[in-house]
Amino acid sequence: MTTKLFGEPVRRREDARLITGQGRYLDDLGAGALAAAFVRSPHAHARIVDIDVSAALDVEGLVAIYTWEDLPGALAEPLPLLIPHPALTHGRTAYPLAREIVRHVGEPVVMVVARDRYLAEDACALIRVDYEILKPVVGVEEAVRGVHLVHEDVPGNVGAHLVQEVPGPAGQTAWEAIDAAPHRLEFRLDVERSASMPLEGKGVYARWDADDESLRVYSSTQTSTSVRMAIAAKLGLPLPKVEVIAPDVGGGFGVKIMHPWPEEVLVPWAARQLNHEVKWTEDRREHFVSSSHERGQVQHVRVGFDDDGRVLGLEVEILHDHGAYTPYGIIVPIITSTQLLGPYKVGAYRVEFSSVYTNTVQVTPYRGAGRPQGVFCMERTMDKIAAYLGKDRTEVRAANFIQPDEFPYDQGLTFQDGRPLIYDSGDYPEALRMLKELIGWDSFPEEKARAAAEGRRIGIGVGCYVEGTGVGPYEGGHVQITSDGRVHVSTGLTSQGQGHETVFAQIAATELGVPIEKVSVVTGDTRRFGYAVGTFASRAAVMSGNAIALACRKVREKALRIAAEALEADPRDLEITDGMVHVSGVPSASIPLATVAVLSNPLRYAFDEEARRATQFAGPASDDRPPVAEGEEPGLEGRDYYSPIRSTFAAGMHAAIVETDPDTAEIKILRYAVVHDCGRLINPMIVEGQIHGGVAQGVGGALYEKMVYDEHGQLLNASFMDFLMPYATEVPRVETAHLETPSPLNPLGIKGAGEAGVIPVSAVVASAIEDAEGIPIDRMPISPSDLHALRQAR
Amino acid sequence: MKPPPFHYHGPVTLGEALDVLAEAGPGGKVLAGGQSLIPLLNMRLAAPSHIVDVNRVPGLDGIEAGPSGVRVGALARHAAVERSPEAAAAQPLLRQALRLVAHPVIRNRGTVVGSLVHADPSAEMPAVLALLGGSVRLASRTGEREVPAAEFFTGPMESALRPGELAVSAFFPALPARSGTAFHEVARRHGDYAVAGVAAAVALDEDFRIAAARVACVSVGPVPVVVDVTGECGPRPAASVDWEAVAHAVRDRIEPEGDIHATADYRRHLTGVLAVRALLDAACAARGEES
Repeated sequence: MTTKLFGEPVRRREDARLITGQGRYLDDLGAGALAAAFVRSPHAHARIVDIDVSAALDVEGLVAIYTWEDLPGALAEPLPLLIPHPALTHGRTAYPLAREIVRHVGEPVVMVVARDRYLAEDACALIRVDYEILKPVVGVEEAVRGVHLVHEDVPGNVGAHLVQEVPGPAGQTAWEAIDAAPHRLEFRLDVERSASMPLEGKGVYARWDADDESLRVYSSTQTSTSVRMAIAAKLGLPLPKVEVIAPDVGGGFGVKIMHPWPEEVLVPWAARQLNHEVKWTEDRREHFVSSSHERGQVQHVRVGFDDDGRVLGLEVEILHDHGAYTPYGIIVPIITSTQLLGPYKVGAYRVEFSSVYTNTVQVTPYRGAGRPQGVFCMERTMDKIAAYLGKDRTEVRAANFIQPDEFPYDQGLTFQDGRPLIYDSGDYPEALRMLKELIGWDSFPEEKARAAAEGRRIGIGVGCYVEGTGVGPYEGGHVQITSDGRVHVSTGLTSQGQGHETVFAQIAATELGVPIEKVSVVTGDTRRFGYAVGTFASRAAVMSGNAIALACRKVREKALRIAAEALEADPRDLEITDGMVHVSGVPSASIPLATVAVLSNPLRYAFDEEARRATQFAGPASDDRPPVAEGEEPGLEGRDYYSPIRSTFAAGMHAAIVETDPDTAEIKILRYAVVHDCGRLINPMIVEGQIHGGVAQGVGGALYEKMVYDEHGQLLNASFMDFLMPYATEVPRVETAHLETPSPLNPLGIKGAGEAGVIPVSAVVASAIEDAEGIPIDRMPISPSDLHALRQAR
Repeated sequence: MKPPPFHYHGPVTLGEALDVLAEAGPGGKVLAGGQSLIPLLNMRLAAPSHIVDVNRVPGLDGIEAGPSGVRVGALARHAAVERSPEAAAAQPLLRQALRLVAHPVIRNRGTVVGSLVHADPSAEMPAVLALLGGSVRLASRTGEREVPAAEFFTGPMESALRPGELAVSAFFPALPARSGTAFHEVARRHGDYAVAGVAAAVALDEDFRIAAARVACVSVGPVPVVVDVTGECGPRPAASVDWEAVAHAVRDRIEPEGDIHATADYRRHLTGVLAVRALLDAACAARGEES
């Protein structure tokens, strides 16, 4: 490393563009495109009897109306089941446009294309769909009763059932361990539904080139490479004839890793059919009822423990609400089941989940992806043990921690990547020590007593988590230094505001020894990099960050080799500083990287002064070897991939102080503290930003957000007026401290940070309210009205 | 979320506006601040055939404050009324309430009179008008009429405004000497419609005993619910009032309903708590003290 940009709080390079209106989001593109709009099911469960479009045909500017019957070939088949799993015995996915049955409010039934969106919506309003209403299934407990079925051929509405068991140290089962334990507790926990809710909804814009028989698609997606493959497959196009670009994307949070959305295949298809650009921009109401939700679970917990609060056996039964379809497999409940264990050794463990269908919007990962539910379960368990034993809540946690000398630590489970759940590194006792100091844990009892003397109720809460980050299979990076000295970095995964342009440039600038201003970064454009997986699971920095570093090292090695020849030096004596290759300790013996780039590409034709230096008559060249040596490539560029053996495991601990109003039951977070360990930090400011955003979403999950379905399967709060996301006024200032235990699994020693902030917030806030009120808090989110009801029931 | 087709009218005089409204009849809808109307249009929850944009009509944005009270014109924005020192001096409850109306950017466009005509029982300004016994002036091609608050609000999102009429102003009366007001509410988030809220007005006698006390409650009935608690409060100094009895009296008079944000039971409880807080603050203000 020749320049110290890695680890520095470099200002986000993308922000000037994004905050001055220079961003190019999906709806900023394609001003001349036709507009698509959809007739969506108003019923949760119904049979389509008839679709009458005749009244819509008179709408001026109408271009086309499509139903399922119009779809050809693979497009008429159900959408892909992206992540199959042996336990997902009854996986079901939707058709791009409903075929015969609709299974949730918002399912697309008819696609309309018109001159603009206004006219398309006018036409939609005139299309009459006759439905025969079927009995809807709402709520997991009704679903498992199995009286009514979401899918006729899925008995009991159970799509998947999975048991994982880890025996105790003496080989005992969880049941045996719990029964033999000195103390036992049993309880039920509920976590409500929420959703990703990015500022920008989904959107697709497609351009068909009839002469070239090729397609360019822009999608507000978290995976352009995979959307590309899905479109090629569904439309029967050769892969090289399809380009997919993720432009600036206004947030994803998981909902945009789900793909292909019906619109992602229908809009490109319509563009080809009509030989005209077509665009669809999702509106907020559509987003509520047709994009994914997450979180909803009911958990039954049994735990056995000793006098110190050490868990000897833990059994968790999870009812997971999958909504109407399972396109993303059972990733969410798998993550809940495995990440539930957090930083603890729990003796014997048994976890069983049933993933059930309901007539509601499908459930796929949302930032945290099953972890907030698992952490809520484990941390509520820790608090209940502490309350039962009359012990300090942090003492009980410390008694169960995996110790720093126990890494790598095998939890004995299979993680979401199909690989063993082995923690790579961490220091949980130190993180807890730092957190207690940051929030003032030990002096809080006096603070609480002082508040009580003033008639105020305050409470403190704590929560710990471990997050598997940076899952494979791989990402790649491409780095090219051009003859103007600029460094062009590309990677296939996409960006939704994380700051990739900044951190990837920091990595490249550090590895190559160039000023960061010389580095540009492109993500999510299949024209630049075709092989990628996507941005999810806190994986971008770990996966693409390391791939880019490895690609840079290849380029650096080549640059030194060429420069060594030009400087008549040994490559091992060279270093690169500020874009100049020079002999160590002899700054005058140097050559700019720009010139090295020129020399790397032997030319026949000169087109500028620089290029002249690489032409065939420009200078002495060896006559006895080809201009491009065997095994070499022209140009100063490198491509490499990073494919990890396993996930890296970041960790963190949060604490909060809340105040509850004794009269109005209002709940206010007074302080929020975070200790966070994501291994080596590339950019501490960006990591803090990620934590702040995550905590804000966590506050939403703890105090505000729920998707309220009535018994008919109607979503009662499908707007920002009634689905409450916290404003800046509801999010506390977040106090952070960083701990760095590098990952031994990758060259940069980093772990993921994207989801961390959101994961324990519900658990922490519940812990704090419970401390303030002395009432068990077993259901989140909690509103003042809920707290009032709990007080009345006491 | 695009509105259905409508005819747009942009009259430049009051007479022209009233003519257009008369011709549009029940299909006409007035656009002033647009903070409620535009979302309703975009959600296709309202489909008026004629939108009459009165923003170019001169003379409708007045805020006239005097000893008798404040008259607020149809185009006076929430923010303008909130910031007017004269309005605050003549009727302090206006500023107290407007600070609770949504967010600054909404207050910059939304109008006080528009909020009254929208008649949302969860909104602050209808409660203020009801508490103070104010009135709304309605103009049509055939003349003007002044409708008192008690008759103006007829149901949730329903008012006495007839097709062809334009609410040109609203009048918020001043209170007698030794009076004070306050507005307390609980919203789920800063700036949201209140789960429950109470505007209070208290008048003291020469011995600083409570001579009159009234509250107007939001979000607990089809229209703002005005409860006179003079009997429970007076004539006593605030310190010796049985406030629990006052809360009880208010809770008895309201008819809250449960929804996804709060149960009816919580709204009833909360309204009692907020009524006491607002009355105590109003009594403080009446004594000329900071609460």
